[in-house]
Amino acid sequence: MNSHRATHRTLMQIFAAPLVVAIVSTAGLISALVGDGWWDAVSWTALGVLPLLYLMFIWRRKTS
Amino acid sequence: MLLLCITGLPLIFHEEIDDLLHSQVKAAEVPAGTPQANLDKLLANAMASAPGKVPHFLVWDRDDPNTMFVSVGATITSDPSKNTLIRMDLHTAAFLDAPDFTGRFTYIMLRLHTDMFAGLPGKLFLGLMGILLCVAIISGIVVYAPSMRKLSFGTYRARRTRVVRWLDVHNIAGILLVAWTLVVGFTGVINTWADLVLKLWQFGQLSEMTAQYQDRAVPAKPTSVDAAVKVAAEAVPGMTASFVAFPGTLFSSKSHYAVFLHGDTPLTSRLLKPALIDAETGKLTDTRDMPWYVSTLFISQPLHFGDYGGMPLKIIWAVLDVLTIIILWTGVYLWLRRRKAGVTVERSIAKASAVDNAALTSS
Repeated sequence: MNSHRATHRTLMQIFAAPLVVAIVSTAGLISALVGDGWWDAVSWTALGVLPLLYLMFIWRRKTS
Repeated sequence: MLLLCITGLPLIFHEEIDDLLHSQVKAAEVPAGTPQANLDKLLANAMASAPGKVPHFLVWDRDDPNTMFVSVGATITSDPSKNTLIRMDLHTAAFLDAPDFTGRFTYIMLRLHTDMFAGLPGKLFLGLMGILLCVAIISGIVVYAPSMRKLSFGTYRARRTRVVRWLDVHNIAGILLVAWTLVVGFTGVINTWADLVLKLWQFGQLSEMTAQYQDRAVPAKPTSVDAAVKVAAEAVPGMTASFVAFPGTLFSSKSHYAVFLHGDTPLTSRLLKPALIDAETGKLTDTRDMPWYVSTLFISQPLHFGDYGGMPLKIIWAVLDVLTIIILWTGVYLWLRRRKAGVTVERSIAKASAVDNAALTSS
Protein backbone atom coordinates (compact mmCIF):
# COMPACT_ATOMS: atom_id res chain seq x y z
CA MET A 1 0.00 0.00 0.00
CA ASN A 2 2.89 2.32 0.70
CA SER A 3 4.65 1.73 -2.60
CA HIS A 4 2.91 4.43 -4.67
CA ARG A 5 3.17 7.00 -1.88
CA ALA A 6 6.86 6.43 -1.28
CA THR A 7 7.89 8.46 -4.32
CA HIS A 8 8.74 11.92 -3.08
CA ARG A 9 7.29 14.86 -4.94
CA THR A 10 9.50 17.78 -5.83
CA LEU A 11 8.91 21.31 -4.54
CA MET A 12 7.63 22.25 -8.00
CA GLN A 13 5.04 19.48 -7.89
CA ILE A 14 3.98 20.38 -4.38
CA PHE A 15 3.58 24.10 -4.99
CA ALA A 16 2.30 24.20 -8.58
CA ALA A 17 -1.39 23.94 -7.66
CA PRO A 18 -1.14 26.28 -4.61
CA LEU A 19 0.60 28.84 -6.81
CA VAL A 20 -2.25 28.79 -9.35
CA VAL A 21 -4.77 29.13 -6.49
CA ALA A 22 -2.84 32.07 -5.03
CA ILE A 23 -2.63 33.86 -8.39
CA VAL A 24 -6.34 33.37 -9.10
CA SER A 25 -7.37 34.58 -5.64
CA THR A 26 -5.09 37.61 -5.86
CA ALA A 27 -6.69 38.47 -9.20
CA GLY A 28 -10.07 38.11 -7.50
CA LEU A 29 -9.05 40.41 -4.67
CA ILE A 30 -7.92 43.10 -7.12
CA SER A 31 -10.61 42.91 -9.80
CA ALA A 32 -13.48 44.21 -7.64
CA LEU A 33 -11.30 47.21 -6.79
CA VAL A 34 -10.77 48.04 -10.44
CA GLY A 35 -14.38 48.30 -11.54
CA ASP A 36 -18.01 47.33 -11.01
CA GLY A 37 -20.26 44.91 -12.87
CA TRP A 38 -18.16 42.30 -14.65
CA TRP A 39 -15.15 43.10 -12.49
CA ASP A 40 -17.21 42.24 -9.40
CA ALA A 41 -18.39 39.00 -11.00
CA VAL A 42 -14.77 37.98 -11.72
CA SER A 43 -13.95 38.64 -8.07
CA TRP A 44 -16.91 36.58 -6.80
CA THR A 45 -15.94 33.66 -9.03
CA ALA A 46 -12.22 33.73 -8.22
CA LEU A 47 -12.75 33.94 -4.45
CA GLY A 48 -15.94 31.88 -4.31
CA VAL A 49 -14.13 28.92 -5.86
CA LEU A 50 -11.96 28.59 -2.72
CA PRO A 51 -14.67 27.31 -0.34
CA LEU A 52 -16.07 25.16 -3.15
CA LEU A 53 -12.66 23.51 -3.68
CA TYR A 54 -12.40 22.94 0.06
CA LEU A 55 -15.78 21.19 0.20
CA MET A 56 -14.95 19.19 -2.92
CA PHE A 57 -11.72 17.87 -1.40
CA ILE A 58 -13.40 16.94 1.89
CA TRP A 59 -16.41 15.25 0.28
CA ARG A 60 -14.53 13.44 -2.46
CA ARG A 61 -12.49 11.50 0.10
CA LYS A 62 -15.44 10.83 2.35
CA THR A 63 -17.51 9.13 -0.32
CA SER A 64 -14.68 7.21 -1.96
CA MET B 1 -6.50 35.66 16.42
CA LEU B 2 -9.65 33.64 17.08
CA LEU B 3 -11.13 36.72 18.78
CA LEU B 4 -10.34 38.81 15.70
CA CYS B 5 -11.91 36.29 13.32
CA ILE B 6 -15.01 35.90 15.46
CA THR B 7 -15.58 39.62 16.07
CA GLY B 8 -14.76 40.34 12.44
CA LEU B 9 -17.54 38.08 11.22
CA PRO B 10 -20.50 40.28 12.29
CA LEU B 11 -18.56 43.40 11.26
CA ILE B 12 -18.68 42.29 7.61
CA PHE B 13 -22.44 42.80 7.82
CA HIS B 14 -22.44 45.76 10.24
CA GLU B 15 -24.82 47.81 8.08
CA GLU B 16 -27.38 45.03 7.79
CA ILE B 17 -27.13 44.20 11.52
CA ASP B 18 -27.58 47.85 12.48
CA ASP B 19 -30.63 48.07 10.21
CA LEU B 20 -32.06 44.98 11.84
CA LEU B 21 -31.38 45.87 15.48
CA HIS B 22 -31.87 49.62 15.48
CA SER B 23 -34.61 51.65 13.92
CA GLN B 24 -33.36 54.77 12.24
CA VAL B 25 -35.34 57.68 10.91
CA LYS B 26 -35.25 57.20 7.15
CA ALA B 27 -34.37 60.07 4.86
CA ALA B 28 -36.96 61.11 2.28
CA GLU B 29 -36.92 58.97 -0.86
CA VAL B 30 -36.12 61.26 -3.77
CA PRO B 31 -35.78 60.64 -7.52
CA ALA B 32 -32.21 60.29 -8.79
CA GLY B 33 -30.63 63.59 -9.68
CA THR B 34 -32.40 65.59 -6.96
CA PRO B 35 -29.99 68.35 -5.96
CA GLN B 36 -28.55 68.43 -2.45
CA ALA B 37 -29.92 70.91 0.05
CA ASN B 38 -27.97 74.05 0.77
CA LEU B 39 -25.31 72.91 3.21
CA ASP B 40 -25.46 76.13 5.22
CA LYS B 41 -29.14 75.52 5.87
CA LEU B 42 -28.47 71.85 6.69
CA LEU B 43 -25.71 72.86 9.08
CA ALA B 44 -27.92 75.49 10.78
CA ASN B 45 -30.67 72.90 11.27
CA ALA B 46 -28.18 70.40 12.69
CA MET B 47 -26.68 72.93 15.11
CA ALA B 48 -30.16 73.94 16.29
CA SER B 49 -30.52 70.37 17.57
CA ALA B 50 -27.20 70.54 19.46
CA PRO B 51 -27.11 73.83 21.39
CA GLY B 52 -23.71 74.88 22.70
CA LYS B 53 -21.82 72.49 20.37
CA VAL B 54 -19.61 73.40 17.42
CA PRO B 55 -19.37 71.59 14.08
CA HIS B 56 -16.18 69.61 13.34
CA PHE B 57 -16.99 67.67 10.20
CA LEU B 58 -19.63 67.26 7.50
CA VAL B 59 -19.60 63.67 6.23
CA TRP B 60 -21.51 62.31 3.25
CA ASP B 61 -22.88 58.86 4.13
CA ARG B 62 -21.18 56.27 1.88
CA ASP B 63 -23.93 53.75 2.46
CA ASP B 64 -26.96 56.01 2.05
CA PRO B 65 -26.84 58.75 -0.60
CA ASN B 66 -29.81 60.51 1.05
CA THR B 67 -28.18 61.28 4.38
CA MET B 68 -25.30 63.27 5.77
CA PHE B 69 -23.58 63.20 9.16
CA VAL B 70 -22.70 66.35 11.04
CA SER B 71 -20.04 65.60 13.62
CA VAL B 72 -20.20 68.07 16.52
CA GLY B 73 -17.96 68.52 19.56
CA ALA B 74 -18.01 70.55 22.78
CA THR B 75 -15.38 72.99 21.48
CA ILE B 76 -13.42 73.20 18.24
CA THR B 77 -10.35 71.70 19.92
CA SER B 78 -12.17 68.91 21.81
CA ASP B 79 -11.30 65.26 21.12
CA PRO B 80 -13.20 64.33 17.92
CA SER B 81 -13.50 60.68 19.01
CA LYS B 82 -15.99 61.93 21.64
CA ASN B 83 -18.07 63.76 19.02
CA THR B 84 -21.80 63.31 18.53
CA LEU B 85 -22.97 62.34 15.04
CA ILE B 86 -26.16 64.05 13.88
CA ARG B 87 -27.92 62.43 10.90
CA MET B 88 -29.43 64.89 8.45
CA ASP B 89 -31.53 64.50 5.31
CA LEU B 90 -29.23 65.56 2.49
CA HIS B 91 -32.05 66.73 0.21
CA THR B 92 -34.51 68.41 2.59
CA ALA B 93 -31.89 69.54 5.18
CA ALA B 94 -34.19 68.15 7.89
CA PHE B 95 -32.90 66.73 11.17
CA LEU B 96 -33.30 62.90 11.27
CA ASP B 97 -31.74 61.66 14.54
CA ALA B 98 -28.57 61.60 16.63
CA PRO B 99 -28.25 57.97 17.67
CA ASP B 100 -25.83 56.84 20.36
CA PHE B 101 -23.69 54.29 18.54
CA THR B 102 -21.62 53.31 21.57
CA GLY B 103 -24.14 50.86 23.07
CA ARG B 104 -24.62 48.98 19.83
CA PHE B 105 -23.61 45.36 19.27
CA THR B 106 -21.65 46.31 16.16
CA TYR B 107 -19.83 49.07 18.06
CA ILE B 108 -18.78 46.65 20.82
CA MET B 109 -17.61 44.16 18.18
CA LEU B 110 -15.73 46.94 16.40
CA ARG B 111 -13.92 48.02 19.55
CA LEU B 112 -13.04 44.41 20.46
CA HIS B 113 -11.81 43.93 16.90
CA THR B 114 -9.75 47.13 16.59
CA ASP B 115 -8.35 48.00 20.02
CA MET B 116 -10.01 45.81 22.72
CA PHE B 117 -11.22 49.09 24.35
CA ALA B 118 -7.59 50.07 24.99
CA GLY B 119 -7.11 52.91 22.51
CA LEU B 120 -3.88 53.26 20.54
CA PRO B 121 -1.87 50.73 22.62
CA GLY B 122 -4.64 48.18 22.00
CA LYS B 123 -4.50 48.88 18.28
CA LEU B 124 -0.74 48.54 18.12
CA PHE B 125 -0.92 45.31 20.15
CA LEU B 126 -3.44 43.85 17.72
CA GLY B 127 -1.24 45.09 14.87
CA LEU B 128 1.64 43.12 16.35
CA MET B 129 -0.65 40.07 16.57
CA GLY B 130 -1.45 40.62 12.90
CA ILE B 131 2.24 40.64 12.01
CA LEU B 132 2.67 37.39 13.96
CA LEU B 133 -0.27 35.95 12.01
CA CYS B 134 1.47 36.81 8.73
CA VAL B 135 4.67 35.19 10.00
CA ALA B 136 2.66 32.11 11.03
CA ILE B 137 1.06 31.90 7.57
CA ILE B 138 4.45 32.06 5.87
CA SER B 139 5.91 29.45 8.22
CA GLY B 140 2.81 27.38 7.42
CA ILE B 141 3.73 27.52 3.73
CA VAL B 142 7.25 26.34 4.61
CA VAL B 143 6.11 23.33 6.64
CA TYR B 144 3.46 22.56 4.01
CA ALA B 145 6.18 21.20 1.76
CA PRO B 146 7.50 18.34 3.96
CA SER B 147 4.02 17.24 5.01
CA MET B 148 2.91 17.04 1.37
CA ARG B 149 5.94 15.13 0.02
CA LYS B 150 3.97 11.94 -0.39
CA LEU B 151 0.51 13.38 -0.89
CA SER B 152 -1.20 14.98 -3.86
CA PHE B 153 -2.83 18.41 -3.66
CA GLY B 154 -6.07 18.39 -1.68
CA THR B 155 -5.65 14.94 -0.15
CA TYR B 156 -8.07 14.28 2.71
CA ARG B 157 -7.54 10.99 4.54
CA ALA B 158 -11.09 10.56 5.82
CA ARG B 159 -10.61 7.09 7.32
CA ARG B 160 -7.70 8.00 9.54
CA THR B 161 -7.54 9.22 13.14
CA ARG B 162 -8.49 12.74 14.10
CA VAL B 163 -4.94 14.11 14.14
CA VAL B 164 -4.43 13.00 10.52
CA ARG B 165 -7.82 14.27 9.36
CA TRP B 166 -7.35 17.60 11.07
CA LEU B 167 -3.86 17.98 9.67
CA ASP B 168 -5.35 17.44 6.21
CA VAL B 169 -8.15 19.95 6.89
CA HIS B 170 -5.55 22.44 8.15
CA ASN B 171 -3.38 21.91 5.08
CA ILE B 172 -6.20 22.03 2.51
CA ALA B 173 -7.94 25.11 3.92
CA GLY B 174 -4.66 26.81 4.78
CA ILE B 175 -3.10 26.44 1.34
CA LEU B 176 -6.32 27.40 -0.47
CA LEU B 177 -6.78 30.57 1.56
CA VAL B 178 -3.13 31.58 1.79
CA ALA B 179 -3.41 34.65 -0.46
CA TRP B 180 -6.65 35.83 1.11
CA THR B 181 -5.50 35.42 4.73
CA LEU B 182 -2.19 37.16 3.97
CA VAL B 183 -3.97 40.10 2.30
CA VAL B 184 -6.65 40.45 5.00
CA GLY B 185 -4.06 39.96 7.75
CA PHE B 186 -1.57 42.45 6.39
CA THR B 187 -4.14 45.12 5.44
CA GLY B 188 -5.51 44.70 8.97
CA VAL B 189 -2.05 45.47 10.32
CA ILE B 190 -1.88 48.59 8.15
CA ASN B 191 -5.28 49.67 9.50
CA THR B 192 -3.93 49.56 13.06
CA TRP B 193 -1.46 52.25 12.00
CA ALA B 194 -4.26 54.58 10.78
CA ASP B 195 -3.89 57.02 13.69
CA LEU B 196 -0.14 57.24 13.17
CA VAL B 197 -0.50 57.68 9.40
CA LEU B 198 -2.94 60.56 9.91
CA LYS B 199 -0.57 62.20 12.42
CA LEU B 200 2.23 61.85 9.88
CA TRP B 201 0.04 63.50 7.24
CA GLN B 202 -0.91 66.36 9.57
CA PHE B 203 2.69 67.15 10.38
CA GLY B 204 3.81 66.54 6.80
CA GLN B 205 1.63 67.53 3.88
CA LEU B 206 -1.09 69.39 5.80
CA SER B 207 1.35 71.61 7.67
CA GLU B 208 3.17 72.32 4.38
CA MET B 209 -0.09 73.34 2.73
CA THR B 210 -1.07 75.60 5.63
CA ALA B 211 2.37 76.89 6.73
CA GLN B 212 1.79 80.47 5.61
CA TYR B 213 -1.51 80.67 7.51
CA GLN B 214 -0.38 79.24 10.82
CA ASP B 215 -0.54 82.55 12.71
CA ARG B 216 -4.18 83.13 11.82
CA ALA B 217 -6.97 82.56 14.33
CA VAL B 218 -10.20 80.67 13.73
CA PRO B 219 -12.43 83.18 11.87
CA ALA B 220 -15.31 84.51 13.96
CA LYS B 221 -17.59 84.59 10.95
CA PRO B 222 -16.42 81.94 8.46
CA THR B 223 -17.64 82.08 4.87
CA SER B 224 -20.37 79.76 3.53
CA VAL B 225 -19.51 76.06 3.74
CA ASP B 226 -21.88 75.39 0.84
CA ALA B 227 -19.90 77.79 -1.34
CA ALA B 228 -16.61 76.23 -0.15
CA VAL B 229 -17.72 72.76 -1.29
CA LYS B 230 -18.79 74.17 -4.68
CA VAL B 231 -15.44 75.94 -5.14
CA ALA B 232 -13.59 72.71 -4.27
CA ALA B 233 -15.71 70.59 -6.64
CA GLU B 234 -15.03 73.03 -9.48
CA ALA B 235 -11.31 73.07 -8.75
CA VAL B 236 -11.05 69.27 -8.92
CA PRO B 237 -13.22 68.13 -11.84
CA GLY B 238 -14.53 64.56 -11.83
CA MET B 239 -14.41 64.20 -8.05
CA THR B 240 -17.16 64.60 -5.47
CA ALA B 241 -17.02 65.71 -1.86
CA SER B 242 -16.59 63.03 0.79
CA PHE B 243 -16.23 65.12 3.91
CA VAL B 244 -15.48 68.65 5.06
CA ALA B 245 -13.25 69.51 8.02
CA PHE B 246 -14.08 72.84 9.64
CA PRO B 247 -11.44 75.49 10.44
CA GLY B 248 -9.56 74.62 13.63
CA THR B 249 -10.12 70.84 13.50
CA LEU B 250 -7.43 68.17 13.22
CA PHE B 251 -7.76 67.84 9.46
CA SER B 252 -7.48 71.51 8.54
CA SER B 253 -5.78 74.76 9.42
CA LYS B 254 -7.31 77.31 11.78
CA SER B 255 -8.66 79.38 8.92
CA HIS B 256 -9.53 76.90 6.16
CA TYR B 257 -12.28 74.55 5.24
CA ALA B 258 -10.61 71.32 4.12
CA VAL B 259 -12.86 69.66 1.55
CA PHE B 260 -11.86 66.04 0.91
CA LEU B 261 -12.95 64.74 -2.49
CA HIS B 262 -13.10 61.24 -3.90
CA GLY B 263 -13.34 59.69 -7.38
CA ASP B 264 -16.07 57.45 -8.75
CA THR B 265 -14.55 54.01 -9.38
CA PRO B 266 -14.30 51.45 -6.55
CA LEU B 267 -10.59 52.23 -6.27
CA THR B 268 -10.58 56.03 -6.68
CA SER B 269 -13.63 56.38 -4.41
CA ARG B 270 -11.31 55.26 -1.60
CA LEU B 271 -8.59 57.79 -2.39
CA LEU B 272 -9.21 61.24 -0.95
CA LYS B 273 -7.85 64.51 -2.23
CA PRO B 274 -7.93 67.56 0.03
CA ALA B 275 -8.79 71.04 -1.26
CA LEU B 276 -8.22 73.91 1.15
CA ILE B 277 -10.70 76.79 0.97
CA ASP B 278 -9.88 79.98 2.84
CA ALA B 279 -12.73 80.50 5.32
CA GLU B 280 -12.16 84.27 5.30
CA THR B 281 -12.24 84.86 1.56
CA GLY B 282 -13.96 81.71 0.25
CA LYS B 283 -11.13 81.15 -2.26
CA LEU B 284 -9.22 77.95 -3.02
CA THR B 285 -5.65 78.15 -1.70
CA ASP B 286 -4.25 74.67 -2.41
CA THR B 287 -5.16 71.16 -3.48
CA ARG B 288 -2.84 68.15 -3.65
CA ASP B 289 -2.95 64.39 -4.00
CA MET B 290 -2.31 62.70 -0.70
CA PRO B 291 1.10 61.08 -0.15
CA TRP B 292 1.66 57.38 -0.81
CA TYR B 293 1.46 56.32 2.83
CA VAL B 294 -2.06 57.75 3.17
CA SER B 295 -3.12 56.20 -0.16
CA THR B 296 -1.77 52.84 1.02
CA LEU B 297 -3.95 53.11 4.13
CA PHE B 298 -7.03 54.01 2.07
CA ILE B 299 -6.52 51.11 -0.37
CA SER B 300 -5.91 48.63 2.43
CA GLN B 301 -9.27 49.43 4.04
CA PRO B 302 -11.59 47.80 1.46
CA LEU B 303 -9.19 44.85 1.11
CA HIS B 304 -9.60 44.22 4.84
CA PHE B 305 -13.34 44.90 5.13
CA GLY B 306 -14.46 43.13 1.92
CA ASP B 307 -17.05 45.86 1.31
CA TYR B 308 -16.06 46.67 -2.26
CA GLY B 309 -17.90 44.11 -4.34
CA GLY B 310 -21.51 44.12 -3.21
CA MET B 311 -23.34 41.58 -1.05
CA PRO B 312 -21.90 38.47 -2.82
CA LEU B 313 -18.37 39.54 -1.90
CA LYS B 314 -19.43 40.12 1.73
CA ILE B 315 -20.87 36.59 1.87
CA ILE B 316 -17.67 35.14 0.38
CA TRP B 317 -15.70 37.16 2.93
CA ALA B 318 -17.79 35.63 5.74
CA VAL B 319 -17.33 32.06 4.39
CA LEU B 320 -13.57 32.57 4.08
CA ASP B 321 -13.54 33.97 7.63
CA VAL B 322 -15.26 30.81 8.90
CA LEU B 323 -12.68 28.70 7.05
CA THR B 324 -9.94 30.77 8.70
CA ILE B 325 -11.48 29.99 12.10
CA ILE B 326 -11.27 26.29 11.14
CA ILE B 327 -7.61 26.71 10.15
CA LEU B 328 -6.84 28.40 13.49
CA TRP B 329 -8.79 25.81 15.47
CA THR B 330 -7.14 22.81 13.81
CA GLY B 331 -3.79 24.59 14.06
CA VAL B 332 -4.18 25.02 17.83
CA TYR B 333 -5.23 21.37 18.12
CA LEU B 334 -2.21 20.13 16.18
CA TRP B 335 0.10 22.31 18.24
CA LEU B 336 -1.35 21.13 21.58
CA ARG B 337 -1.22 17.56 20.39
CA ARG B 338 2.42 17.96 19.56
CA ARG B 339 3.19 19.53 22.94
CA LYS B 340 1.35 16.84 24.82
CA ALA B 341 3.11 14.08 23.00
CA GLY B 342 6.48 15.82 23.24
CA VAL B 343 7.13 14.71 19.67
CA THR B 344 6.53 16.18 16.25
CA VAL B 345 3.18 16.01 14.55
CA GLU B 346 4.75 13.75 11.95
CA ARG B 347 5.85 11.35 14.66
CA SER B 348 2.42 11.24 16.31
CA ILE B 349 0.86 10.78 12.89
CA ALA B 350 3.19 7.88 12.20
CA LYS B 351 2.19 6.39 15.54
CA ALA B 352 -1.50 6.98 14.87
CA SER B 353 -1.27 5.44 11.43
CA ALA B 354 0.49 2.39 12.88
CA VAL B 355 -2.49 1.98 15.19
CA ASP B 356 -4.81 2.52 12.23
CA ASN B 357 -3.04 -0.11 10.18
CA ALA B 358 -3.10 -2.53 13.07
CA ALA B 359 -6.82 -1.96 13.47
CA LEU B 360 -7.38 -2.41 9.77
CA THR B 361 -5.39 -5.64 9.48
CA SER B 362 -6.94 -7.21 12.58
CA SER B 363 -10.51 -6.55 11.47
